[in-house]
Amino acid sequence: MTALAPPAVSSAQTSRSAPAAGGHGRVWWMVLPALIMFAGFGIIPLLGVLGLSFTTWDTLGVIKPSGFDSWHQVLTDPGLPHALWVTFEIMALSWLFQTPVSILIGVFLAGNQRYREFLAVLYFIPLLLSAAAIAITYKALLDPNFGLGAGLGLGILQQNWLGESGLALATVVFVVSWQFIPFHSLIYQGAVRQIPVSMYEAAQLDGAGRVRQFFSITLPQIKYTIILSSTLMVVGSLTFFDLIFVLTEGGPSDATRSLALDMYKTGFQANLMGPACAIATILVVIGLLLALLLRRLGGRGDESQLEGA
Amino acid sequence: MDLGQFSLSRRNFLGLSAATAGALALSACGSSGPGQASSGGATYWFLSGEPQQDIRQGAVDAFNKKNSDHQIKTTTFQNDAYKTKIKTALGAGQGPTIIWGWGGGGLKSWVDAGQVEDLTSWFGSNGDVKDRLFPSSFGPATIDGKIYAMPAETVQPIVLFYNKKLFDQVGAQPPQSWGDIMALVPKFNAAGIAPFSLAGQSRWTNMMWLEFAFDRVGGSEVFQAVFDGEANAWSNPASIQGLTMIQDLVKANGFINGFESIVADQNADQALLYTDKAAMMLHGSWTYASMKTDGGDFVTGGNLGWMNFPPVEGGTGDPSDTVGNPGQYLSINAKASDEQKDLAKKFFSEGVLQDAEVKAWIDTGGVPIVNGSDSQLKSSDDADFLTFVYDTASKAKVFAQSWDQALSPTAAESLLDNIAKLFQLSITPQQFADSMNQVIGK
Repeated sequence: MTALAPPAVSSAQTSRSAPAAGGHGRVWWMVLPALIMFAGFGIIPLLGVLGLSFTTWDTLGVIKPSGFDSWHQVLTDPGLPHALWVTFEIMALSWLFQTPVSILIGVFLAGNQRYREFLAVLYFIPLLLSAAAIAITYKALLDPNFGLGAGLGLGILQQNWLGESGLALATVVFVVSWQFIPFHSLIYQGAVRQIPVSMYEAAQLDGAGRVRQFFSITLPQIKYTIILSSTLMVVGSLTFFDLIFVLTEGGPSDATRSLALDMYKTGFQANLMGPACAIATILVVIGLLLALLLRRLGGRGDESQLEGA
Repeated sequence: MDLGQFSLSRRNFLGLSAATAGALALSACGSSGPGQASSGGATYWFLSGEPQQDIRQGAVDAFNKKNSDHQIKTTTFQNDAYKTKIKTALGAGQGPTIIWGWGGGGLKSWVDAGQVEDLTSWFGSNGDVKDRLFPSSFGPATIDGKIYAMPAETVQPIVLFYNKKLFDQVGAQPPQSWGDIMALVPKFNAAGIAPFSLAGQSRWTNMMWLEFAFDRVGGSEVFQAVFDGEANAWSNPASIQGLTMIQDLVKANGFINGFESIVADQNADQALLYTDKAAMMLHGSWTYASMKTDGGDFVTGGNLGWMNFPPVEGGTGDPSDTVGNPGQYLSINAKASDEQKDLAKKFFSEGVLQDAEVKAWIDTGGVPIVNGSDSQLKSSDDADFLTFVYDTASKAKVFAQSWDQALSPTAAESLLDNIAKLFQLSITPQQFADSMNQVIGK
């Protein structure tokens, strides 16, 4: 998925504010390297997947065209609505959990005090670890028989974290969030630091407290950052695979079998490449639609964010 | 302006170099893959993981030493990665000369795609190679009456292991019937001990329970009908009864708390048995070796007990039947050069299961599929267990291959999915049968 939204500056605005750009003659060929890479590793494989979804292939024998068979199989499979539901559950829950926490941590880290900078480094650590390593570690910690709960003798930690449907989903959301909150905090930290101090000074003179300042200045000022971070979260969670695969393999039964896992299992474990490619196509379409929707939510790009600054 | 010019051209340069690097990377993909060795040697891919990996490598090293002009080059893979890798490599014509495999449904998919060599006539003219090996091990190597693989390594039946210490502690005897098993469950649970250890997330571990339940209730014919592709074979009353029995065991808390999230690859299920957290475990005979290595003095101290799965009251299955792996399998890539194929065949007759390798397998607690190796078992440290495995394997009326390996990968994946749901109690035995009936013959 390379469908990340470009910066929220429209091209119209660019040409208005910077008419001198490109004044040195035609430079269209400069896009070639990026275009070739994007076509070679983005567009062509995507078309290949679309093509394969109209065939039958077990990854070994010959590829046989089979019309809409794969699509029929995927769309009538009761597993598809379930996988879609799981995907959206993970998406919604992890957004609901990550966004407020990331904003709060980001705002906190935006301060320039020494201890905050020290904490910022600590908070950053989960982002340095690979998803597989995180999953294996959490799996060991959450093991009801040998894990943290059993080791410390704490009954409350001794749940069947990954073995019960509802708990397993919540655990997946938690671990995903644990990994990505540092990243989003970083984005929010940068955004908050760009807010002019004069706004806060003015608010202080008017007698606004910290909470009022947060809701009336900070939040509106980081609106676009929230949209950016949400886009990354939402589109990212669609294709989220590695951590869930190592943590639960989609289980127990199929409680955490999201669309991406469904695609992998159909294609590489059940050897049904046609249906797997159909699922992949669905995944791409949903991803693009969501990215588009979130851009729309961002409103018009030329609206000023610094009114009154 | 000059500065602008400079930065522009610098970016051009960077862009160009990126493009060049990309092009190089692309052309590198097109060169010959890792599979086919140059200069007449053969390649051999197999599974990593000790102690098996060393033994496989040892056999190749010994063979290479004798044949210095033609070498076999090995590459190892971790289990799940290998299953994907070998398919992709074979499909792309980049597979190794010698392919390590499990026989059964996976082998059949290679045969159907014309990827592996028919070895029937070679075994016909090399009777001595064939006659050395267990006849039962040729079952999963044979597709439509033709032999496509050489059986190798060890026979691995599924065994009911138990912890003698815990049985003494609660004053119980090992189960002699399914009724005994159900009676032991509350006894162990009351003592705060899990009756059975199970690595449920791995799914195939749960499958072993069904394999025995089906066999003991209705005999080996029940699954054979599925394998033969008979319509609605899963709806057999014996199959429904077996499925119901297993769900009853789950409902009675027969399996350890959290079994749904335990993975067999990390041997956590075995650890539960030797750390006295669980009293029994149904598992492959290969776990003996790792329990001996990891379990401190659990095995050497005589605390590990073992038996064949007990009969079910009123069942028609033969209690001597067993399931598991009748062997591991080596096939030859049909796309290899003639020279490579000859070298591979020479390795099969002169390199596989030679005396040193046979001894190495016995030392790790394995029973090689070589006829008459039982005489060597007696002198081993693990003589009791090895003789038990040899007897179980050689005296079984039917030695069935594990279901997930006997079926095609497509049917096997559906089976494992449904088994996970069955153990989660999210589907009924009837729903299990209905959804499995749909993939029969696929």
